[in-house]
Amino acid sequence: MKGKALFLMRLRGILVKETLQILRDPSSIALAIVMPMILLFLFGYGVTLDADHIPTALVDDDGSAVAKELTARFDLSPNFELLPTRTMVEAEELIKNREAHAIIRLQSDFTARLLSGREASVQLIVNGIDANRARLIQGYARAALANWSSMRLARGETAGLPAVIVSQRVWFNESTESRDFMVPGLITLIMTLIGILLTALVVAREWERGTMEAMLVTPLRRIEILIGKILPYYILGMLGMGMSVVVAILVFQVPFRGSVAALILFSSLFMLASLGFGLLLSAAIRIQFVAAQVSIVAGFLPAFFLSGLIFDLESTPLPIQVISHIVPARYFVDISHTLFMAGDIWSILVPDGLVLAGMAVFFISLAYRNITKRLEK
Amino acid sequence: MSNSSPIAPHHAEGAKADIVLMVEALSKCFPGKKTPEIQALDNVSFTVSRNQVTGLVGADGAGKTTLIRIAAGLLVPTSGSVTVLGLDSATDTLEIQSRVGYMPQKFGLYQDLTVAENMTLYADLQGVPSKERTDKFRRLLQMTDLGAYTGRRAGALSGGMKQKLGLACALIKSPEILLLDEPTVGVDPVSRRELWKIVNELVEKDGIGVLVSTAYLDEAEKCDQVVVLHEGKVLAEGTPKEFMRPMAGQVLLIDASPGKKARNIYTRLSGMDDIVDVTIRSGRVRTVLAENADKNALAESLGAATIHQANPTFEDAFMALIPRSAQHHQPSPSTFLHPGHDQEEIVRTHELQKMFGTFEAVKKLSFSVKRGEIFGLLGPNGAGKSTTFRMLCGLLPASAGEISVAGHDLRRARAKARARLGYMAQQFSLYGQLTTRENLSFFGKAYGLSGKLLKTRMEWAFDEFSLARWANRPAGGLPGGNKQRLAMAVALLHEPDILFLDEPTSGVDPFARREFWLRINTFAEQGTTVVVTTHFMEEAEYCDRMLIMSQGDTLAFGTPAEIRELAKTSGNPQPTMDDAFIALAEGKVNMAQSAPAPPYREDTLP
Repeated sequence: MKGKALFLMRLRGILVKETLQILRDPSSIALAIVMPMILLFLFGYGVTLDADHIPTALVDDDGSAVAKELTARFDLSPNFELLPTRTMVEAEELIKNREAHAIIRLQSDFTARLLSGREASVQLIVNGIDANRARLIQGYARAALANWSSMRLARGETAGLPAVIVSQRVWFNESTESRDFMVPGLITLIMTLIGILLTALVVAREWERGTMEAMLVTPLRRIEILIGKILPYYILGMLGMGMSVVVAILVFQVPFRGSVAALILFSSLFMLASLGFGLLLSAAIRIQFVAAQVSIVAGFLPAFFLSGLIFDLESTPLPIQVISHIVPARYFVDISHTLFMAGDIWSILVPDGLVLAGMAVFFISLAYRNITKRLEK
Repeated sequence: MSNSSPIAPHHAEGAKADIVLMVEALSKCFPGKKTPEIQALDNVSFTVSRNQVTGLVGADGAGKTTLIRIAAGLLVPTSGSVTVLGLDSATDTLEIQSRVGYMPQKFGLYQDLTVAENMTLYADLQGVPSKERTDKFRRLLQMTDLGAYTGRRAGALSGGMKQKLGLACALIKSPEILLLDEPTVGVDPVSRRELWKIVNELVEKDGIGVLVSTAYLDEAEKCDQVVVLHEGKVLAEGTPKEFMRPMAGQVLLIDASPGKKARNIYTRLSGMDDIVDVTIRSGRVRTVLAENADKNALAESLGAATIHQANPTFEDAFMALIPRSAQHHQPSPSTFLHPGHDQEEIVRTHELQKMFGTFEAVKKLSFSVKRGEIFGLLGPNGAGKSTTFRMLCGLLPASAGEISVAGHDLRRARAKARARLGYMAQQFSLYGQLTTRENLSFFGKAYGLSGKLLKTRMEWAFDEFSLARWANRPAGGLPGGNKQRLAMAVALLHEPDILFLDEPTSGVDPFARREFWLRINTFAEQGTTVVVTTHFMEEAEYCDRMLIMSQGDTLAFGTPAEIRELAKTSGNPQPTMDDAFIALAEGKVNMAQSAPAPPYREDTLP
């Protein structure tokens, strides 16, 4: 009983200390609350994979009513912002000056060819520097043309375009809102970063300031150090995550179709795995600057590239797919996509959750083994 | 006592029960990755008894910190053992850690936590029962004089207060043994004195055993028992008296004949073979002779100077004990001379002022420095000496007042003034990844040297500072005093008229400090003007004149003798520089001619 009382007293000491430090040190609050918000807004607004109001030069050498009807289709589309120009030279100038990303050209015999039943072509020139945007523009243009020709066909007029019109949805979900897909994934990224950085940085900071040495010479047990370093930062990290979810739903209007309980359960597992990984790094690194760098290289980048957030893992080479299985973020991206967009689909959540639980246990126990009360490793 | 045979252990055979810490045949190796392994401790044995302060004395790298860390269970011995309170430090670590108090060099305080919270934390970690705490805290706060600051964050305390709080935290469990690792490094003399008072009280009242490591040799004298470590080995062990006794008659004080500078005698003696140590103390040259030195020959060579016998101190014994080969080499007279007559004012300030927002960091400071003078800028942290220093070097613009360096007005011709001054920053500010040679070459070019001149100056630097063997080593990995040497070489490459040195000797062992001052003296004799800041009061003796600052104001100004004179009382007819500083800082005396300076109080430091 005496031992247990001492255990609780020491644990209280270290927990109170960590909490006070978090509350008073602006850097940990910034790390857990401010940084996620910045990332969320930056990525949420900046990295949508849609393109709207693409400035596009229009060269209408024909100028007939039919041609006007066609260009009106582009003008009406939210994707294009037409810039009428008189000559091709002028349009090319716009591209060169980056004032337009594409040129739509109707040749002078467009209406004549169309009405005579021959093939009337619309020329689309796209600036290919940004391959992703170029592909989007092609898709949007084809959609606008298809729209136009189906309207003409419905009126019984000749469309003059190749018979096969691809009626496609460009890449994403029904409303072409890549945000609904991005934001839940971003939450994974944010949690990875704060989980690893929080523990790796705070331990390195104690080494730098010399407080670790004083701490090691007290009767503190290793398990108490472990709990003391994980519990407060778990709570802080979960707060940051909670705020990210609220912002996602309220600001970005992302649907949330799963249950809160499931979100808390699975994100806790993921947070613990991240904290454990951070603590493991901190056992080896005693300088904050290096800890931050290693956290980003070993934690953030794999989560960014190998979690299926940005790149569809199924279209990556086999070795990459294999490697991606050791990245915890991969499983949580899956979980958060499911919870946000689909709901509590246990057949997906449970296997992913089990893997995360295994990883959390693995990293934390490895971190525990590496906590030493000596100065030498 | 000879240099080779250690003094026999002092403790009596029957006093075994009083032994609280026993070091037996202790060795510790740190394996290096690229470099050969470092033997930090080599077959060290000694004991620490209850009721006593045992001092662990030695230069940087002697193994003091390693030994204390092994005793605290932070490191494991390679061979041998440390027994603390009858327990083995390597195996019974947790048990030991609940019974010892340990204060690491950086104090181990949490900056974001208040004084009370830091104490509560360590009380929790040490398992001090709640009902004992009120009483214990009250006693510790009273002892450390921190009662008024319980709500203040540790990060906002002055150096001396941090150190006392660190001590209070180490004492929270009423330890049976206290381990202090260089507790007084970088702390002003007032705080150092207070710390020793607390430690002595603890030993007297509670009868605990204290093991304290220190590089301050005057502190070693206050210990009951001293163990001298050198390069990982015990050189000698005994009471300070036992160390000092054989030095009787070997220590001389030399008064320069009228019209001559003590400094000239000082540099001359430094080059002699049978001289163990030379320093300047209280305006006189103090020298320690080797055992078989020829005193008559010495007296003859000094001519008209008056020679007195002096009482040996522990420092004298220490210097005599350390093998000569281990001491740093003596600098050779340098080649460059700065002509110009001595009365020329090379640095001059008039009503110099610096404001940071509404805070007046430097208040209307007026002084001048003459060519070839060593000018000291002294004062506690926050006194404004660094700010003044930076303004003199042209690193910080003055808010008001005039300032001219080498005849150039710093407000108008900063670049011209800079070309004529050399600056050595307090922190190591060379490129750690570049080699010694690359650093010299880079900074030489930065100062506008090139071609043959650069080559000559680099050769001079290698030679003068014995850096040739480290030429291809990255500067960051240079051992001990060599970093300082390189930094000074860099500052002198372009043969400046004025040398600005900011705390050049902080964190440097006694040997490197001696070598350093000798060098500065040599340069000054050749006409280089030196402006230096330091918090070692004894070093102020090497200055021709000095300015003591407190809270941005002039506290005292004058020659070392004039300043010491201020602290002269009937009870203390021959005050040291430390005494003078403490008297000035406490406001007991002030410069008669100037308005009473506000007393230096720690709690009002910015």
